[in-house]
Amino acid sequence: MIEVKDIYKTFGDNEVLKGISAKFHAGKNNLIIGGSGSGKTTLLKCIVGLHVPTKGDVFFDDQNFTEMDFTQRVPIRTEIGMLFQNSALFDSMTVEENIMFPLNLFTQQSRAEKLDRANFCLQRVNLEGKNKLYPSELSGGMKKRVGIARAISMQPKYLFVDEPNSGLDPKTSILIDELISELTQEYKITTVIVTHDMNSVMGIGDHIVFLHNGQKWWEGTNHEIAKTDNKELNEFVFASKFMQAAKDKL
Amino acid sequence: MFTSLGRYILLLQLSFRKPEKFKVYWAEVMREMVSVGIGSLGIISIISLFIGAATTIQVAFQLSSPLVPRSIAGSIARDSTILEFSPTISSLVLSGRIGSSIASQIGTMRVTEQIDALEIMGVNAPGYLIAPKIIAGMTMVPLLVIVSITLGITGGWIACVLSGDVSPSDYIAGVQGDFNGLTVRVALVKAVVFGFIIASICAYQGFYTSGGALEVGQSATKGVVYSCVMILFADLVITRLML
Repeated sequence: MIEVKDIYKTFGDNEVLKGISAKFHAGKNNLIIGGSGSGKTTLLKCIVGLHVPTKGDVFFDDQNFTEMDFTQRVPIRTEIGMLFQNSALFDSMTVEENIMFPLNLFTQQSRAEKLDRANFCLQRVNLEGKNKLYPSELSGGMKKRVGIARAISMQPKYLFVDEPNSGLDPKTSILIDELISELTQEYKITTVIVTHDMNSVMGIGDHIVFLHNGQKWWEGTNHEIAKTDNKELNEFVFASKFMQAAKDKL
Repeated sequence: MFTSLGRYILLLQLSFRKPEKFKVYWAEVMREMVSVGIGSLGIISIISLFIGAATTIQVAFQLSSPLVPRSIAGSIARDSTILEFSPTISSLVLSGRIGSSIASQIGTMRVTEQIDALEIMGVNAPGYLIAPKIIAGMTMVPLLVIVSITLGITGGWIACVLSGDVSPSDYIAGVQGDFNGLTVRVALVKAVVFGFIIASICAYQGFYTSGGALEVGQSATKGVVYSCVMILFADLVITRLML
Protein backbone atom coordinates (compact mmCIF):
# COMPACT_ATOMS: atom_id res chain seq x y z
CA MET A 1 0.00 0.00 0.00
CA ILE A 2 1.08 3.55 -0.70
CA GLU A 3 -0.09 6.41 1.47
CA VAL A 4 0.38 10.14 0.87
CA LYS A 5 -0.20 12.41 3.84
CA ASP A 6 -0.89 16.11 3.54
CA ILE A 7 1.30 16.72 0.47
CA TYR A 8 2.05 20.28 -0.52
CA LYS A 9 4.20 21.26 -3.48
CA THR A 10 5.13 24.78 -4.47
CA PHE A 11 7.09 25.99 -7.50
CA GLY A 12 8.13 29.58 -6.78
CA ASP A 13 4.88 31.37 -5.92
CA ASN A 14 2.74 28.72 -7.58
CA GLU A 15 1.24 26.27 -5.09
CA VAL A 16 0.46 23.22 -7.22
CA LEU A 17 -0.53 20.71 -4.52
CA LYS A 18 -2.47 21.86 -1.47
CA GLY A 19 -2.51 19.23 1.24
CA ILE A 20 -3.39 16.01 -0.56
CA SER A 21 -3.87 12.83 1.44
CA ALA A 22 -4.84 9.47 -0.06
CA LYS A 23 -4.24 5.72 0.19
CA PHE A 24 -3.52 3.49 -2.78
CA HIS A 25 -4.15 -0.22 -2.19
CA ALA A 26 -2.44 -3.31 -3.61
CA GLY A 27 -4.11 -5.27 -6.41
CA LYS A 28 -6.20 -2.27 -7.46
CA ASN A 29 -6.05 0.20 -10.31
CA ASN A 30 -5.74 3.49 -8.43
CA LEU A 31 -6.47 6.36 -10.79
CA ILE A 32 -5.52 9.99 -10.25
CA ILE A 33 -7.69 12.11 -12.52
CA GLY A 34 -8.24 15.80 -13.04
CA GLY A 35 -8.08 18.56 -15.59
CA SER A 36 -4.90 19.97 -17.08
CA GLY A 37 -2.88 21.79 -14.42
CA SER A 38 -4.75 20.16 -11.55
CA GLY A 39 -1.52 18.65 -10.15
CA LYS A 40 -1.87 14.99 -11.20
CA THR A 41 1.63 14.54 -12.62
CA THR A 42 3.19 16.64 -9.85
CA LEU A 43 1.55 14.37 -7.26
CA LEU A 44 2.83 11.29 -9.10
CA LYS A 45 6.36 12.76 -9.24
CA CYS A 46 6.19 13.56 -5.51
CA ILE A 47 5.19 9.96 -4.79
CA VAL A 48 8.03 8.42 -6.81
CA GLY A 49 10.58 10.92 -5.50
CA LEU A 50 11.26 12.89 -8.68
CA HIS A 51 9.95 15.97 -6.86
CA VAL A 52 10.56 16.71 -3.19
CA PRO A 53 7.26 17.72 -1.55
CA THR A 54 7.33 21.15 0.11
CA LYS A 55 5.47 19.53 3.01
CA GLY A 56 3.97 16.13 3.75
CA ASP A 57 5.05 12.50 3.59
CA VAL A 58 4.84 9.51 1.28
CA PHE A 59 4.74 6.01 2.76
CA PHE A 60 5.48 2.78 0.93
CA ASP A 61 4.10 0.03 3.18
CA ASP A 62 4.64 2.18 6.29
CA GLN A 63 8.19 3.21 5.31
CA ASN A 64 8.52 6.97 5.09
CA PHE A 65 9.98 7.43 1.59
CA THR A 66 10.21 11.23 1.90
CA GLU A 67 12.65 11.08 4.80
CA MET A 68 15.02 8.60 3.12
CA ASP A 69 18.24 9.60 1.35
CA PHE A 70 19.25 8.26 -2.09
CA THR A 71 20.94 5.11 -0.75
CA GLN A 72 18.08 4.27 1.63
CA ARG A 73 15.60 4.60 -1.23
CA VAL A 74 17.35 2.11 -3.53
CA PRO A 75 15.67 -1.05 -2.11
CA ILE A 76 12.24 0.55 -2.56
CA ARG A 77 13.14 1.91 -5.98
CA THR A 78 14.00 -1.60 -7.19
CA GLU A 79 10.41 -2.54 -6.31
CA ILE A 80 9.02 0.33 -8.40
CA GLY A 81 8.13 0.09 -12.07
CA MET A 82 7.09 3.14 -14.02
CA LEU A 83 5.59 3.70 -17.44
CA PHE A 84 6.17 7.25 -18.66
CA GLN A 85 3.90 9.30 -20.88
CA ASN A 86 6.39 9.06 -23.78
CA SER A 87 7.62 5.63 -22.67
CA ALA A 88 11.14 6.99 -21.91
CA LEU A 89 12.86 3.99 -23.48
CA PHE A 90 16.64 4.28 -23.76
CA ASP A 91 17.24 5.23 -27.41
CA SER A 92 20.70 3.70 -27.60
CA MET A 93 19.50 0.26 -26.46
CA THR A 94 17.43 -2.41 -28.18
CA VAL A 95 14.09 -3.53 -26.76
CA GLU A 96 15.79 -6.49 -25.10
CA GLU A 97 18.56 -4.33 -23.60
CA ASN A 98 15.98 -1.87 -22.27
CA ILE A 99 14.16 -4.65 -20.45
CA MET A 100 17.37 -6.25 -19.17
CA PHE A 101 18.85 -2.95 -17.99
CA PRO A 102 17.46 -3.00 -14.42
CA LEU A 103 18.24 -6.72 -14.20
CA ASN A 104 21.87 -6.04 -15.19
CA LEU A 105 22.24 -3.45 -12.45
CA PHE A 106 20.32 -4.91 -9.55
CA THR A 107 20.37 -8.70 -9.88
CA GLN A 108 23.07 -11.36 -9.94
CA GLN A 109 21.26 -13.39 -12.62
CA SER A 110 23.18 -15.02 -15.45
CA ARG A 111 22.77 -13.66 -18.99
CA ALA A 112 20.56 -16.65 -19.88
CA GLU A 113 18.28 -15.99 -16.91
CA LYS A 114 18.02 -12.31 -17.79
CA LEU A 115 17.22 -13.18 -21.40
CA ASP A 116 14.53 -15.60 -20.23
CA ARG A 117 13.00 -12.87 -18.08
CA ALA A 118 13.13 -10.35 -20.95
CA ASN A 119 11.46 -12.85 -23.28
CA PHE A 120 8.80 -13.60 -20.68
CA CYS A 121 8.06 -9.88 -20.21
CA LEU A 122 7.89 -9.37 -23.97
CA GLN A 123 5.56 -12.33 -24.30
CA ARG A 124 3.41 -10.88 -21.50
CA VAL A 125 2.92 -7.67 -23.51
CA ASN A 126 2.45 -9.54 -26.82
CA LEU A 127 5.72 -8.42 -28.38
CA GLU A 128 7.52 -11.73 -28.85
CA GLY A 129 10.37 -11.59 -31.33
CA LYS A 130 10.83 -7.82 -31.16
CA ASN A 131 13.97 -8.17 -29.00
CA LYS A 132 16.46 -6.65 -31.41
CA LEU A 133 14.47 -3.62 -32.52
CA TYR A 134 15.42 -0.12 -31.39
CA PRO A 135 12.81 2.26 -29.90
CA SER A 136 12.93 4.37 -33.07
CA GLU A 137 11.63 1.35 -34.99
CA LEU A 138 8.53 0.93 -32.81
CA SER A 139 5.04 2.45 -33.02
CA GLY A 140 3.62 4.48 -30.10
CA GLY A 141 1.58 1.54 -28.81
CA MET A 142 4.56 -0.83 -29.07
CA LYS A 143 6.74 1.64 -27.17
CA LYS A 144 4.15 1.74 -24.38
CA ARG A 145 4.13 -2.05 -24.24
CA VAL A 146 7.94 -2.21 -24.13
CA GLY A 147 7.75 0.42 -21.36
CA ILE A 148 5.38 -1.88 -19.45
CA ALA A 149 7.66 -4.87 -20.09
CA ARG A 150 10.62 -2.91 -18.68
CA ALA A 151 8.52 -1.75 -15.73
CA ILE A 152 7.55 -5.32 -14.78
CA SER A 153 10.97 -6.89 -15.44
CA MET A 154 11.98 -6.57 -11.78
CA GLN A 155 8.59 -7.94 -10.60
CA PRO A 156 7.59 -4.65 -9.00
CA LYS A 157 5.37 -4.22 -5.97
CA TYR A 158 4.41 -0.74 -7.12
CA LEU A 159 3.59 0.33 -10.66
CA PHE A 160 3.23 3.97 -11.67
CA VAL A 161 1.75 4.92 -15.00
CA ASP A 162 1.69 8.46 -16.39
CA GLU A 163 -0.96 9.07 -19.08
CA PRO A 164 -0.88 5.56 -20.58
CA ASN A 165 -3.31 6.43 -23.38
CA SER A 166 -1.85 9.67 -24.65
CA GLY A 167 -1.22 9.58 -28.38
CA LEU A 168 -2.81 6.15 -28.83
CA ASP A 169 -5.84 5.14 -30.87
CA PRO A 170 -8.91 4.02 -28.85
CA LYS A 171 -8.38 0.31 -29.56
CA THR A 172 -4.72 0.36 -28.49
CA SER A 173 -5.67 2.47 -25.44
CA ILE A 174 -8.09 -0.21 -24.31
CA LEU A 175 -5.46 -2.93 -24.86
CA ILE A 176 -2.94 -1.00 -22.74
CA ASP A 177 -5.55 -0.42 -20.01
CA GLU A 178 -6.50 -4.09 -19.98
CA LEU A 179 -2.85 -5.13 -19.86
CA ILE A 180 -2.11 -2.86 -16.89
CA SER A 181 -5.25 -4.06 -15.12
CA GLU A 182 -4.41 -7.74 -15.71
CA LEU A 183 -0.86 -7.31 -14.41
CA THR A 184 -2.12 -5.39 -11.35
CA GLN A 185 -4.50 -8.17 -10.38
CA GLU A 186 -2.22 -11.05 -11.37
CA TYR A 187 0.80 -9.87 -9.36
CA LYS A 188 -1.12 -7.91 -6.67
CA ILE A 189 0.72 -4.74 -7.61
CA THR A 190 -0.15 -1.34 -6.14
CA THR A 191 -0.81 0.51 -9.38
CA VAL A 192 -1.20 4.28 -9.57
CA ILE A 193 -2.32 5.64 -12.92
CA VAL A 194 -2.48 9.31 -13.86
CA THR A 195 -4.97 9.82 -16.63
CA HIS A 196 -7.68 12.04 -18.03
CA ASP A 197 -8.96 9.37 -20.38
CA MET A 198 -12.61 8.67 -19.55
CA ASN A 199 -12.52 5.17 -21.06
CA SER A 200 -9.79 4.29 -18.54
CA VAL A 201 -11.74 5.90 -15.71
CA MET A 202 -14.92 3.99 -16.44
CA GLY A 203 -13.17 0.80 -17.55
CA ILE A 204 -10.51 0.09 -14.93
CA GLY A 205 -10.99 2.69 -12.16
CA ASP A 206 -11.16 0.53 -9.03
CA HIS A 207 -10.23 3.54 -6.92
CA ILE A 208 -10.31 7.08 -8.25
CA VAL A 209 -8.89 10.27 -6.76
CA PHE A 210 -10.13 13.42 -8.48
CA LEU A 211 -7.90 16.50 -8.15
CA HIS A 212 -9.13 20.02 -8.70
CA ASN A 213 -6.96 23.11 -8.26
CA GLY A 214 -4.31 21.07 -6.44
CA GLN A 215 -6.73 19.63 -3.90
CA LYS A 216 -8.38 16.26 -3.50
CA TRP A 217 -11.91 17.03 -4.57
CA TRP A 218 -13.49 13.59 -4.67
CA GLU A 219 -12.58 9.92 -4.05
CA GLY A 220 -14.50 6.79 -5.00
CA THR A 221 -14.90 4.01 -7.59
CA ASN A 222 -15.95 4.02 -11.24
CA HIS A 223 -19.39 2.77 -10.17
CA GLU A 224 -19.84 5.68 -7.82
CA ILE A 225 -18.67 8.30 -10.29
CA ALA A 226 -21.89 8.23 -12.35
CA LYS A 227 -24.01 8.87 -9.28
CA THR A 228 -21.99 11.63 -7.71
CA ASP A 229 -23.45 15.11 -7.38
CA ASN A 230 -19.97 16.70 -7.14
CA LYS A 231 -20.26 19.62 -9.58
CA GLU A 232 -16.59 19.86 -10.64
CA LEU A 233 -16.28 16.09 -11.09
CA ASN A 234 -19.47 15.97 -13.17
CA GLU A 235 -18.21 18.81 -15.34
CA PHE A 236 -14.89 17.01 -15.83
CA VAL A 237 -16.14 13.47 -16.46
CA PHE A 238 -19.28 14.28 -18.41
CA ALA A 239 -17.89 17.19 -20.40
CA SER A 240 -18.57 15.53 -23.75
CA LYS A 241 -22.08 15.00 -25.17
CA PHE A 242 -21.28 11.31 -25.59
CA MET A 243 -20.47 10.86 -21.90
CA GLN A 244 -23.53 12.92 -20.93
CA ALA A 245 -25.74 10.69 -23.06
CA ALA A 246 -24.13 7.60 -21.52
CA LYS A 247 -24.84 8.99 -18.06
CA ASP A 248 -28.46 9.73 -18.92
CA LYS A 249 -28.92 6.11 -20.01
CA LEU A 250 -27.61 4.80 -16.67
CA MET B 1 27.13 32.22 -11.23
CA PHE B 2 27.81 30.90 -7.71
CA THR B 3 24.60 28.83 -7.85
CA SER B 4 25.77 27.25 -11.11
CA LEU B 5 29.22 26.59 -9.68
CA GLY B 6 27.67 24.96 -6.61
CA ARG B 7 25.37 22.79 -8.72
CA TYR B 8 28.34 21.82 -10.93
CA ILE B 9 30.41 20.74 -7.93
CA LEU B 10 27.48 18.81 -6.42
CA LEU B 11 26.85 17.08 -9.75
CA LEU B 12 30.51 16.03 -9.92
CA GLN B 13 30.27 14.72 -6.37
CA LEU B 14 27.19 12.65 -7.32
CA SER B 15 28.92 11.42 -10.47
CA PHE B 16 31.68 9.74 -8.51
CA ARG B 17 29.50 7.89 -6.01
CA LYS B 18 30.06 4.15 -5.65
CA PRO B 19 28.51 2.47 -8.72
CA GLU B 20 25.57 0.07 -8.32
CA LYS B 21 27.42 -2.56 -10.36
CA PHE B 22 31.01 -1.98 -11.44
CA LYS B 23 30.77 -4.28 -14.48
CA VAL B 24 27.92 -2.28 -16.06
CA TYR B 25 29.74 1.02 -15.47
CA TRP B 26 32.99 -0.40 -16.85
CA ALA B 27 31.21 -1.39 -20.06
CA GLU B 28 29.89 2.16 -20.30
CA VAL B 29 33.41 3.59 -19.77
CA MET B 30 34.75 1.40 -22.60
CA ARG B 31 31.91 2.47 -24.90
CA GLU B 32 32.63 6.14 -24.19
CA MET B 33 36.37 5.62 -24.71
CA VAL B 34 35.72 4.21 -28.16
CA SER B 35 33.34 7.06 -28.95
CA VAL B 36 35.74 9.78 -27.74
CA GLY B 37 39.01 8.20 -28.87
CA ILE B 38 38.39 6.30 -32.07
CA GLY B 39 35.57 8.64 -33.06
CA SER B 40 37.82 11.70 -32.90
CA LEU B 41 40.93 10.18 -34.47
CA GLY B 42 40.06 11.29 -38.02
CA ILE B 43 39.49 14.97 -37.30
CA ILE B 44 42.50 15.16 -34.95
CA SER B 45 44.75 13.56 -37.58
CA ILE B 46 43.67 15.99 -40.28
CA ILE B 47 44.02 19.18 -38.22
CA SER B 48 47.35 18.06 -36.72
CA LEU B 49 48.95 17.35 -40.11
CA PHE B 50 47.84 20.70 -41.52
CA ILE B 51 48.71 22.75 -38.44
CA GLY B 52 52.16 21.12 -38.23
CA ALA B 53 52.79 21.83 -41.90
CA ALA B 54 51.55 25.42 -41.73
CA THR B 55 53.54 26.15 -38.55
CA THR B 56 56.77 24.90 -40.10
CA ILE B 57 56.30 26.95 -43.27
CA GLN B 58 55.52 30.09 -41.25
CA VAL B 59 58.51 29.63 -38.94
CA ALA B 60 60.79 29.09 -41.94
CA PHE B 61 59.41 32.24 -43.56
CA GLN B 62 60.04 34.34 -40.43
CA LEU B 63 63.56 32.99 -39.82
CA SER B 64 65.02 34.08 -43.11
CA SER B 65 68.21 35.56 -41.61
CA PRO B 66 71.44 33.79 -42.68
CA LEU B 67 72.65 34.14 -39.05
CA VAL B 68 69.94 31.78 -37.78
CA PRO B 69 70.48 28.07 -38.51
CA ARG B 70 67.65 26.58 -40.62
CA SER B 71 67.31 23.70 -38.19
CA ILE B 72 65.79 26.11 -35.65
CA ALA B 73 62.52 25.90 -37.65
CA GLY B 74 62.26 22.24 -36.62
CA SER B 75 62.78 22.93 -32.92
CA ILE B 76 60.30 25.86 -32.87
CA ALA B 77 57.70 23.82 -34.76
CA ARG B 78 58.27 20.90 -32.34
CA ASP B 79 57.95 22.99 -29.18
CA SER B 80 54.93 24.99 -30.34
CA THR B 81 53.23 21.79 -31.51
CA ILE B 82 53.91 20.00 -28.23
CA LEU B 83 53.18 22.91 -25.90
CA GLU B 84 50.29 24.68 -27.59
CA PHE B 85 48.94 23.50 -30.89
CA SER B 86 48.38 19.83 -30.11
CA PRO B 87 46.89 20.09 -26.60
CA THR B 88 45.01 23.37 -26.96
CA ILE B 89 43.85 23.48 -30.58
CA SER B 90 42.98 19.77 -30.48
CA SER B 91 40.98 20.27 -27.30
CA LEU B 92 39.11 23.24 -28.74
CA VAL B 93 38.19 21.11 -31.74
CA LEU B 94 37.31 18.19 -29.46
CA SER B 95 35.04 20.39 -27.36
CA GLY B 96 33.04 20.97 -30.53
CA ARG B 97 33.01 17.34 -31.53
CA ILE B 98 32.70 15.51 -28.19
CA GLY B 99 31.29 18.30 -26.03
CA SER B 100 28.28 19.07 -28.20
CA SER B 101 27.58 15.35 -28.49
CA ILE B 102 27.72 14.87 -24.69
CA ALA B 103 25.51 17.90 -23.95
CA SER B 104 22.92 17.04 -26.57
CA GLN B 105 22.85 13.34 -25.68
CA ILE B 106 22.31 13.97 -21.96
CA GLY B 107 19.99 16.91 -22.68
CA THR B 108 17.80 14.77 -24.91
CA MET B 109 17.70 12.08 -22.25
CA ARG B 110 16.57 14.73 -19.77
CA VAL B 111 13.74 16.16 -21.86
CA THR B 112 12.49 12.71 -22.93
CA GLU B 113 12.36 11.57 -19.26
CA GLN B 114 15.04 8.90 -19.77
CA ILE B 115 17.00 10.36 -16.83
CA ASP B 116 13.83 10.25 -14.70
CA ALA B 117 13.46 6.59 -15.72
CA LEU B 118 17.02 5.88 -14.52
CA GLU B 119 16.40 7.63 -11.19
CA ILE B 120 13.14 5.78 -10.58
CA MET B 121 14.92 2.47 -11.15
CA GLY B 122 17.33 3.45 -8.37
CA VAL B 123 20.25 4.18 -10.70
CA ASN B 124 22.53 7.08 -9.77
CA ALA B 125 21.95 8.91 -13.07
CA PRO B 126 24.95 11.30 -12.82
CA GLY B 127 27.21 8.36 -12.00
CA TYR B 128 25.94 6.24 -14.86
CA LEU B 129 25.81 9.00 -17.47
CA ILE B 130 28.54 11.48 -16.52
CA ALA B 131 31.37 9.60 -14.76
CA PRO B 132 32.12 7.31 -17.76
CA LYS B 133 32.28 10.36 -20.05
CA ILE B 134 34.67 12.20 -17.72
CA ILE B 135 36.90 9.12 -17.37
CA ALA B 136 36.87 8.66 -21.15
CA GLY B 137 37.70 12.35 -21.67
CA MET B 138 40.58 12.31 -19.18
CA THR B 139 42.13 9.16 -20.66
CA MET B 140 41.45 9.54 -24.37
CA VAL B 141 42.24 13.24 -24.85
CA PRO B 142 45.89 12.71 -23.74
CA LEU B 143 46.18 9.79 -26.15
CA LEU B 144 44.72 11.91 -28.92
CA VAL B 145 47.17 14.68 -28.05
CA ILE B 146 50.10 12.23 -28.37
CA VAL B 147 48.79 11.23 -31.80
CA SER B 148 48.34 14.90 -32.62
CA ILE B 149 51.94 15.77 -31.61
CA THR B 150 53.30 12.92 -33.72
CA LEU B 151 51.23 13.89 -36.75
CA GLY B 152 51.91 17.62 -36.26
CA ILE B 153 55.66 17.06 -36.38
CA THR B 154 55.19 14.69 -39.33
CA GLY B 155 53.13 17.39 -41.05
CA GLY B 156 56.04 19.80 -40.61
CA TRP B 157 58.40 17.29 -42.22
CA ILE B 158 56.00 16.75 -45.14
CA ALA B 159 55.86 20.55 -45.61
CA CYS B 160 59.66 20.66 -45.70
CA VAL B 161 59.81 17.88 -48.29
CA LEU B 162 57.13 19.46 -50.48
CA SER B 163 58.04 23.15 -50.17
CA GLY B 164 61.80 23.01 -49.79
CA ASP B 165 61.73 26.05 -47.42
CA VAL B 166 63.79 24.03 -44.96
CA SER B 167 65.62 20.87 -45.90
CA PRO B 168 64.15 17.71 -44.30
CA SER B 169 67.52 16.92 -42.72
CA ASP B 170 67.70 20.40 -41.10
CA TYR B 171 64.12 19.97 -39.89
CA ILE B 172 64.86 16.55 -38.34
CA ALA B 173 68.03 17.90 -36.75
CA GLY B 174 65.98 20.75 -35.24
CA VAL B 175 63.25 18.39 -33.99
CA GLN B 176 65.84 16.13 -32.32
CA GLY B 177 68.10 18.83 -30.89
CA ASP B 178 67.79 20.29 -27.37
CA PHE B 179 64.66 18.31 -26.59
CA ASN B 180 63.24 19.03 -23.13
CA GLY B 181 60.96 16.30 -21.73
CA LEU B 182 59.12 18.86 -19.60
CA THR B 183 57.26 20.10 -22.68
CA VAL B 184 55.63 16.69 -23.15
CA ARG B 185 54.71 16.55 -19.46
CA VAL B 186 53.09 19.99 -19.74
CA ALA B 187 51.19 18.87 -22.86
CA LEU B 188 49.89 15.74 -21.10
CA VAL B 189 48.84 17.65 -17.97
CA LYS B 190 46.98 20.10 -20.20
CA ALA B 191 45.33 17.23 -22.09
CA VAL B 192 44.09 15.55 -18.89
CA VAL B 193 42.69 18.84 -17.55
CA PHE B 194 41.12 19.78 -20.90
CA GLY B 195 39.53 16.33 -21.19
CA PHE B 196 37.96 16.81 -17.77
CA ILE B 197 36.76 20.32 -18.65
CA ILE B 198 35.14 19.26 -21.93
CA ALA B 199 33.31 16.23 -20.51
CA SER B 200 32.22 17.74 -17.18
CA ILE B 201 31.04 21.15 -18.39
CA CYS B 202 29.13 19.76 -21.36
CA ALA B 203 27.60 16.99 -19.23
CA TYR B 204 26.53 19.59 -16.65
CA GLN B 205 24.86 21.70 -19.34
CA GLY B 206 23.05 18.64 -20.71
CA PHE B 207 22.01 17.30 -17.31
CA TYR B 208 20.23 20.51 -16.29
CA THR B 209 18.43 21.02 -19.60
CA SER B 210 14.74 21.74 -19.26
CA GLY B 211 12.22 22.23 -22.02
CA GLY B 212 12.47 20.69 -25.46
CA ALA B 213 14.52 20.48 -28.64
CA LEU B 214 15.34 24.19 -28.65
CA GLU B 215 16.79 24.03 -25.13
CA VAL B 216 18.81 20.91 -25.98
CA GLY B 217 20.46 22.88 -28.80
CA GLN B 218 21.09 25.81 -26.46
CA SER B 219 22.66 23.49 -23.87
CA ALA B 220 25.01 22.06 -26.50
CA THR B 221 26.03 25.56 -27.60
CA LYS B 222 26.57 26.73 -24.01
CA GLY B 223 28.55 23.59 -23.22
CA VAL B 224 30.92 24.14 -26.15
CA VAL B 225 31.34 27.89 -25.52
CA TYR B 226 31.95 27.53 -21.75
CA SER B 227 34.32 24.62 -22.19
CA CYS B 228 36.32 26.53 -24.85
CA VAL B 229 36.67 29.53 -22.53
CA MET B 230 37.68 27.31 -19.62
CA ILE B 231 40.21 25.45 -21.80
CA LEU B 232 41.91 28.74 -22.71
CA PHE B 233 41.89 29.88 -19.07
CA ALA B 234 43.28 26.54 -17.84
CA ASP B 235 45.89 26.67 -20.64
CA LEU B 236 47.19 29.97 -19.29
CA VAL B 237 47.21 28.76 -15.66
CA ILE B 238 48.99 25.46 -16.42
CA THR B 239 51.54 27.18 -18.66
CA ARG B 240 52.29 29.75 -15.96
CA LEU B 241 52.55 27.12 -13.23
CA MET B 242 54.65 24.57 -15.08
CA LEU B 243 56.99 26.60 -17.28
